[in-house]
Formats: sequence, C-alpha cells, structure tokens
Amino acid sequence: MTNLNDNPVVLDVRNVSKIFNIPTPGFEREYIAAVDQVSLALYEKPARIVSLVGESGSGKTTLARIMLGLTPLTHGEMLYRGKHIAKLTKSEWWDFRRNVQPIFQDPFGIYNPFYRVDRALDMTIKNFHLASSPEEVMALKAEALRAVDLRPDDVIGRYPHQLSGGQCQRVMLARTLLLRPKIIIADEPVSMIDVAVRMLFLNILLDFRDKYDISSLMITHDLATAYYMGGPMLVLCFGRIVESGDIEQLLDKPSHPYTRQLLAAIPFPDPARRWEGRANVKITDRPLTHEGNKCVYVARCPQAMDICSKQRPPDYLVEEGHYVACFLHRDKPVIDSTQKA
Amino acid sequence: MSAQVMTRTNVQTLMEIKDLRIWYRTTRGNAKAVDGVDLTIQRNEIFGLAGESGCGKTTLARGILGLTKLPGYIESGEAIYYQCVSDSSSVGSDLLTMPPSELRQMRWRHIAYIPQGAMNVLSPVTRIEKQILDAIYEHSDMSKEQARARMFECLEMVGLEPTVARMYPHELSGGMKQRVTIAAAISLKPGLIIADEPTTALDVNVQQVILQELKEIAKGLGLTLIYVTHDMAVHAEIADRLGIMYSGLIVEMAPVIDTFKSPLHPYTQGLISSIPVIGGDRSRMTGIPGNAPSPLDWPSGCRFHPRCPRAMEICREKQPPMLEVAPGRCVACHLYPTPLSGAAPALRS
Repeated sequence: MTNLNDNPVVLDVRNVSKIFNIPTPGFEREYIAAVDQVSLALYEKPARIVSLVGESGSGKTTLARIMLGLTPLTHGEMLYRGKHIAKLTKSEWWDFRRNVQPIFQDPFGIYNPFYRVDRALDMTIKNFHLASSPEEVMALKAEALRAVDLRPDDVIGRYPHQLSGGQCQRVMLARTLLLRPKIIIADEPVSMIDVAVRMLFLNILLDFRDKYDISSLMITHDLATAYYMGGPMLVLCFGRIVESGDIEQLLDKPSHPYTRQLLAAIPFPDPARRWEGRANVKITDRPLTHEGNKCVYVARCPQAMDICSKQRPPDYLVEEGHYVACFLHRDKPVIDSTQKA
Repeated sequence: MSAQVMTRTNVQTLMEIKDLRIWYRTTRGNAKAVDGVDLTIQRNEIFGLAGESGCGKTTLARGILGLTKLPGYIESGEAIYYQCVSDSSSVGSDLLTMPPSELRQMRWRHIAYIPQGAMNVLSPVTRIEKQILDAIYEHSDMSKEQARARMFECLEMVGLEPTVARMYPHELSGGMKQRVTIAAAISLKPGLIIADEPTTALDVNVQQVILQELKEIAKGLGLTLIYVTHDMAVHAEIADRLGIMYSGLIVEMAPVIDTFKSPLHPYTQGLISSIPVIGGDRSRMTGIPGNAPSPLDWPSGCRFHPRCPRAMEICREKQPPMLEVAPGRCVACHLYPTPLSGAAPALRS
C-alpha cells in the first residue's frame, strides 16, 4: 500500500454533482442540482485560506458536506490524498476524519446543552488517544484554548448557555486545533457572531494558517470577510463555480456578471458613497429543474445572449489563475475545469 | 381614563423617549435590558439604531410599541408620540401609559412594526390577501372595496404582482415574504415604521432591493423609519441619523455622515474600525476585545470602561451624561466633557 500522506493534494473534488429529488404532488419528478460539476483541490502546502462565496441556496453548505464526506455524491468523485473517499480503509478513514475538520455556522447548535462545553474537547482527546493521563488532558485543553484567545478558567466547566456565541465558536476552533488537522472546512463561521468579535475569530484562522500550516475552506456570503482573509476565492452561483481566482484579481476585474452584481449589492460602510441608482435585479427563484445545457445565471443576467440559453459555458482563462464560466469571454482559451490550479 | 396629553408647537418632533427603562424579572435579579434611553425622533427621518446583540435594540423597539411582555416590564420612562393637529401644533400622548384599547388604535394606523425574521410572521395557512386585509379591517374603518384597492396599491408599491395576493407564504421566496410584510406595514400610511433587522436573513442582492424600496417608500410617503440592525454598512447606506446603543444605553447619536467620518465614543470607533472594507487596507484588525457585559450587572460608571482602550479613573466611578458636543451630535463619554472646538477628532488609523 502506498502511503497516502505523500500526496500533496489533501482533498480533490472532481466534477462533483449532487442532485436532489424535489417532492411534487404528482408522479412527475423534479430535480435540483445543489452542486453542479464542481471541481476544486485543497493542498497541504502552502497553507492557504480558500474562500467560497455565494448567496443562500447556491449550494455552499452542500459542497461543504460533500467535502466532509457527510453527503454521498450523485456524480463525480472526491479523492482524499488521491484515493476515492468510498474506498478508504478504516485507518485511512480515521486519518481523513482527523485531518479534515468542520466548523459549523450555529455556535450553539453543535453543543449538547446538558453537557459542559469542554466535553467536546474531552471526547476528541479520548477518541483520538491524544493524552495518556488526566494531567496531560488538562494541559492539552489549556494549550488549545489559549491558542484561540480564551482563558481556560473562563471556559472549562461551563455550559454552552453561559458562553457567548463568539466564545462557543472559538471552543470549536480549539477542538479542531487539538487534532492539528490539515484542512478546516468552515461553513459560515462568523455569520452568527457579533461584528466586534468577528475579527478575533478570523484572526485565529489566519494564525492557524501561519503557525500550524492549517489550510481552510471559508464558506461565506460576505465578500468583505473573504477580502480580509485574502487568498483564492471561488464564486458559487446556483451550484456552479462561475468565477475563480485570486481575490485581488476578482475584485479588480470581476468578469462574470454575477460577481459584478454581487459586488455592486454590498452596502459600503461609508455614507458618502451610497448606491447610485436603483438595483436592476430581477429577484427570481433558482431554476428548479436541472437544466444542464445552459448558463445558470441566464434568467437574471443583464448581458444574456442567445448562446447562453443553448449551451453551458465552459471555463475561460481570463488571466493567469483567473477563470470565468461566461460566454462574454469567448475569445479567451478554454480550460478543462479539472486541470485548474 | 385617557393618556396624558400635551401639546407642542414644534411639529418637527415625532417622538420623544425620556429615561426609558425596560427590565426583565429573572430569578437572579432584574436584567436591565434598556436602562435609561433618551431619544428624540424627528419627522421624515430614517433613524438607524446600531449595537451588538444583547445591547437592548429589540427590547427598545418593542417597548416603544407597547409590546413588552412578561417577564419584561417598564420600570420607568415615557415615550411620547406627537400627532399633527395643524400646521403649527401637535398633540402628544404617552404610549407607555396609554390604555390597551387606545394603543390598539395607535398601532398600524400610526405606528407599524416589521419584526425580526419577518418571513416567519406570516401565517402559513392563510392567503396573503387575508393577512393584509385583516390588519386593515382591524385598524381602520375602510370598506371592503377600499381595503382591497389599498392592498393592491401597497403590493404594487413594494414591487409585487397582484397575483401574490392569492398565494400562500410557502409559495413565495424569502425576499417576497419580506416585501409582503412591508406592504402590510405601509397599508394604513402610518407616521412611523419600526423595522427590526428586516434584511438580516436575506441575500445581499435581495437586501439591496428591499433597502432601496424601503427608503424610497419612506421618503416618498413622508414616513419616519426607525431602522434597527447591527450591520453598520446598512446604516451607512440608508440612515440619516444614527444612534449607537451599548449595554442598554445610547452612547452616541449623530448624523450618519459625522459618525462614520469621525466617531467620538471609543465604542463607536471600535465598531467602525472592525468593519472589513473591500479594497481597503488589509492590516490586522483587532475588533473590540472583551465580552459584552451582562444586563444583570452592568459595570459601574461608564459601562464600556472594562473594554475601553482609553479608560480613565473617572470612567470607573461616574456614568458619563449625554452631552451635545457639536450641533446635532451627542455623546456620552468622559473624553468629551465640553463642546468640541473646531474640527472633530479624526478616526484613528
């Protein structure tokens, strides 16, 4: 058996689709593609924070669950260290569970209200045999809590309702840190924490990257947060990645109409720079039935052309490392989506 | 018994809140969620109310409407709502001491409320038209035809098709449900709308559309809007005046442009400097260290002093009064004991 740890690609998602069956009153079936032929890879080194941006219903959470191995795929494959996720041996599966760690959105929902919060830390230490004596357990817990800017005395022995949302979320970060994972998949980690404490949480993720070489996949709907974190950004629209590249490139030259619209809609924290003119957005629901052979954004796109509703746009290379799935860039070279960096 | 009535010649003032205290009885003592708020709302303005969660924003908004429910109660204070009787005088009545029957008359017709998570306030088993019409019948004397005409008018104003009236809430998207609640709120042309985090659960695209509509409607109909949210960027977008709440008190109140250009209170400074700006400097931001205090036991003196980077000796002992330091700008902080001379201090970089 080859050693999986030699493979630098920790998680490799290739052309993954997840299609849900929508219950309808009759015998007709309706399908919705929550994630539609998405490819992305997360590397062990260099550690990076990848942002995944999209509005609600765009399949962000489904993609996160796929990458955590919690949701079976409809099409495509997910590789952990080059091996298909379903074919991992028991020890490799535990290795996967150790190296890929989740942070969920609701900081209170993940704790059992009847147990003290540090039980989450205790169980992790127990399940992964991280300590051999009670003193070591205490030392590990204290170290992890200090790394996330918490005083161990403030947290150990408390119940979830006695802590604030920001503290609960940071205890979760401490739990992941115990395992020194390679990748943290954070699904909207700051959307339920106060603005003033949000920065603290984001800074810890940055510290993890710099001090412990932990990469993160940061799922968010807030472009400003993504900008603060830096690194590559993927824009998800109705299940498809419509634009990807370094965040500076995307903000400098937003090339997909969806990205442009998303950027225009963000309220800018300066009353001297208010929105000019009315938003010209048709608020439509996402296309319910799965239509593979057209652009997902065609119903709302202000620049829609004939070809957009006839063919699915491939990924065009706009500039080095910046890909757009839009026919506006037909003159640029086409790139196979699985070959992207 | 009728509520306390007072007349005023200044018609610009719509509402005056004086030393309002709304407490909750708990087994561990009184939680002083709103603890001494003084506020004056002008006619035709959009007043933004900002602050982190747990600072009493929602309690204040619901308190003004007389919706405080046990274990919450009004400890003290007044909320006087002024109605215009002529071009030069208005009559005020205290909403907090008003008998419930009179308060029912005030609600919807004069003061409407768009609650938090407004998409969940619609009854799932009733058509949209019935829900809006019920509110109109309950709070006005309109005939059936008038009420229906008014309903369609309001739906059109928020950009919804008339066919929406026959639908059930589950057939609508979150943004459309939010528009229905706005349509219902403006149906009786109230003088004041209190909107409590109406767009928090929505996408940025939908949020932009709703905010622009709300602002247009408020300005077009001459309504006053109290907009409650923790999102400072939204305030920057729509508010005229901004009140910053911290631990049950308003600590700073100023025109929104001034607040963003040169925030005075250290809490406001922290709040504004912890908003990531796209395209801005990507230096490490610190946010505001420490945790929000508990309403069961506010810190002594200035309630912000345990987290304040510029705390002084006096801050521990004496609660700073709210002072008008420049025209239209009020702040409660010992750093500003006298009116500002010349330019206000610029935001620390």
